[in-house]
Amino acid sequence: MLQVRIHGRGGQGVVTTSELLALACFVEGRHAQAFPSFGSERTGAPVASFVRIDDRPVRSHDPVSAPDAVLVQDPTLLRGGDVLAGLSPSGVLVVNLRGELSPEVRTAVGPDVRVLTVEASETALRLIGRDVPGPALLGALAAATGVVGVDALVAAVRERFTGRVADANADAVLETYSATLASAPEGGRHAPTG
Amino acid sequence: MTVPAQHGPQVGTLAVGNRLLPLSLRTVAADADRLSGLTGGHRACRGCGEALAARVVVDAAHRATGGRLVTVNATGCLEVFSSPYPESAWRVPWLHSLFGNAPAVASGVAAALAVQGRGDVRVLAQGGDGGTLDIGFGCLSGMFERDDDVLYVCYDNQAYMNTGVQRSSATPADARTATTPVVDGTGGNVTRHVKDAPRIAMAHGVRYVATATVGDVRDLEEKVTRAMAVRGARYLHVLVPCPLGWGTPTDETIELARHAVRTGLFPLFEAEDGDVVATTPIRRREPVTSYLERQSRFAHLFHPVRQDEVLDRIQREADRTVARYRLDRQEEGAS
Amino acid sequence: MLRQVEGSLAVAETVARCRPQVISAYPISPQTHVVEHLSRLARTGELDHCAYLTVESEFAALSSLVGASAAGSRSYTATSSQGLLFMAEAVFNAAGLGLPIVMTVANRAVGAPINIWNDQGDSIAMRDAGWIQLYAADNQAAADLHVVAFRVAEELSVPVMVCMDGFVLTHAFEEVDVPDQHQVDAVLPPFRPRQLLDPAAPVSIGAMVGPEAYTEVRYLADHALRRALEVLPAAADEIGAVLGRPVPSLVQAHGCRGAGTVVVVMGSVLGTLSEVVDERVARGVRVGALGITCFRPFPASAVRAALCDADEVIVLERSLAAGEDGPLTADVARALAGTRARVRTVVAGLGGRPVTGTALHGLLDRAEGGRLGARTFLDLDRTVIDRELRRSAAQEVAP
Repeated sequence: MLQVRIHGRGGQGVVTTSELLALACFVEGRHAQAFPSFGSERTGAPVASFVRIDDRPVRSHDPVSAPDAVLVQDPTLLRGGDVLAGLSPSGVLVVNLRGELSPEVRTAVGPDVRVLTVEASETALRLIGRDVPGPALLGALAAATGVVGVDALVAAVRERFTGRVADANADAVLETYSATLASAPEGGRHAPTG
Repeated sequence: MTVPAQHGPQVGTLAVGNRLLPLSLRTVAADADRLSGLTGGHRACRGCGEALAARVVVDAAHRATGGRLVTVNATGCLEVFSSPYPESAWRVPWLHSLFGNAPAVASGVAAALAVQGRGDVRVLAQGGDGGTLDIGFGCLSGMFERDDDVLYVCYDNQAYMNTGVQRSSATPADARTATTPVVDGTGGNVTRHVKDAPRIAMAHGVRYVATATVGDVRDLEEKVTRAMAVRGARYLHVLVPCPLGWGTPTDETIELARHAVRTGLFPLFEAEDGDVVATTPIRRREPVTSYLERQSRFAHLFHPVRQDEVLDRIQREADRTVARYRLDRQEEGAS
Repeated sequence: MLRQVEGSLAVAETVARCRPQVISAYPISPQTHVVEHLSRLARTGELDHCAYLTVESEFAALSSLVGASAAGSRSYTATSSQGLLFMAEAVFNAAGLGLPIVMTVANRAVGAPINIWNDQGDSIAMRDAGWIQLYAADNQAAADLHVVAFRVAEELSVPVMVCMDGFVLTHAFEEVDVPDQHQVDAVLPPFRPRQLLDPAAPVSIGAMVGPEAYTEVRYLADHALRRALEVLPAAADEIGAVLGRPVPSLVQAHGCRGAGTVVVVMGSVLGTLSEVVDERVARGVRVGALGITCFRPFPASAVRAALCDADEVIVLERSLAAGEDGPLTADVARALAGTRARVRTVVAGLGGRPVTGTALHGLLDRAEGGRLGARTFLDLDRTVIDRELRRSAAQEVAP
């Protein structure tokens, strides 16, 4: 089983990101579950969403406490440190960020954790017209880990959205997917996107 | 045709079975073949205004709808005295759920009938003043706002009579009730204004709103009939004296209701879509004292000390009502 | 059709396929997605021949369904927590009148203090109302149990509440094989009311019943409720045959055969618990899980049968019934009276506190080590409790 945790702020589409990932796995014939940490938060408050992916039906319904991958849609959340809690020492961290992680944060992340920084907001604003970084982060995650195929991700996007919004989101997925593949050295630990 | 004005029980235009009227103007109540939808054998008190009014309303509604009628009843006197298991006095389909939900239950019945394609069957909801204005007020407002196809009839005896005469938001100022007692000659209900249900209905823009009393059966039947010709939410507020709760002789119920109307304390009017469209003028107004002193619930206003200040206040309220609805004008057919 | 879908939507679509004629809706977290989706289906026409009433309170919601059901329409609503309590009078009324209304309860804690997260305190508080209470362990069960609910409600003239853990299930995006229209039509015939408001045949519904008859009337209502113990499994089997999968009815036993220790749960914890149980069984530990699907009427015989090999029975209560050890515990203990089983209570998951696999492992470790008391809390913060108790004690002695 693979467990993913997605962090962001209310209004950034964190729930949608987790559902797109789960939907993509479903498209591929795997079993997946996505659910948010729930609150009465309004927009702007920190929120999280969880995804479990497996080849057999997912039965657990408790929050993901030991994720194999963490996606961070809003880099300001890294300051608290909570977003990294439980991340597998050999896991993957995908952050919506231009440039590199700050040294303090990079140190807080385990040395064997694979870190990707993705300019997901910039991509989303350019292609979709709104700062919804999720699909771009998913593209990068797919490329870095192979957890789900890019075709399935695109299919999920087209099922969730329609018309030009679907096209734009699909483009965002494909762009970061390709960019991540292109810049990832074989077996490398860091894979920043340009 | 002039009719001599009289005190006491009248015959003439107010008589239910007036042989001088054309058949088409005769009441359902006077018809030997009337349904008696609320039939004999129920357990109401002698002289109960509500029992008579309910029978009149149901029979008129039954006639107006060609017998396609179901009724929903709130908890209260009417429900309790009419449905002592295993007997029932109801000859129309009848549903009693709770005290505070009759308007909502009726809304559900109406929705079900409509969706089943049985929209020819009409819904009559019935409740007392407590069930309508207090505990059921939220549901009433909801039914009004949604314009559900229900005629809601409130039988107003001005207190929670079923449970022993406790004060409701329809209890007039200064009236003695079990929860607004009179001690050492003073007491009685304290209220700045009784909840004005008909005007509240009008404020919701209810399609048809009317007031009536058990003292004028023809008028009551006409208003029920007019209401049933309309679809959507409708409200009828009927004054029904309660001999027990008001402290009046059991054979004066009907005349007492007429007396209330003659003082101006209970205006008779009709409203459509929020505006008054018809009122019944008072032919010869009477002072409120003549009405109040008949009822022991107001006895403390007269004995041991006559409370002129209070009586004046009540008189001013009647005057205001008369002015508001222009009930003092002289016209044909005034009561 | 198998879909990746949010639990609320799976339930809404299943309900729509049950062809309700009147739906009343008043919003409350976390039920909102159910009623919102139904309003969309009513708008698009997927749900047709259905009156959708937006009412002014939960009390009005269930009250309007009392009217609709008595007038002969299949009726539905959904609520949670405060809303369920606000309609409490109508909940008892509907059962007493024998109206086959179906209601989804998205389980949520009851205030004060106000809390919007999952526990089962709301439906547990209504356990005496005379409704059949079904608890879904996952969203597939949540969907399927609504078909069962309408079918059994109308067969017995008893209302049914289908309970599903709020947020945990309602907002979980999972695989659900949402029943197709033709599947539902095959198992759910049109509503044939036992009593009907009909001018052609007038009846009085809701009479006042005095001391001379009330006992018998209530006995018969209780009798009808208890018939669910036979009717539910039969209906679930038939519906399961059409849907092509087992549909739960009374209890779901997971590895109870030969298990010396069994944990009894209701709702979504069963899934997490089953993972824990499987991990321990793989290590050679004799432990099992028993999920209660039907809580009212309580399936005492089925529970006793499932727990026949158990020496230790641990009941997980996802509610705190004030002043008593645990409503589920009481029912289980009574069902096991006379057996050798020792029954313990663990209160867990109140107000949305997650019941984690880790904590369940810890619990079973303690149980194995003989360190589990008669009644404990899974994860009570004793530091906070001790501090607060000291503080209030100090206030009491202060001059």
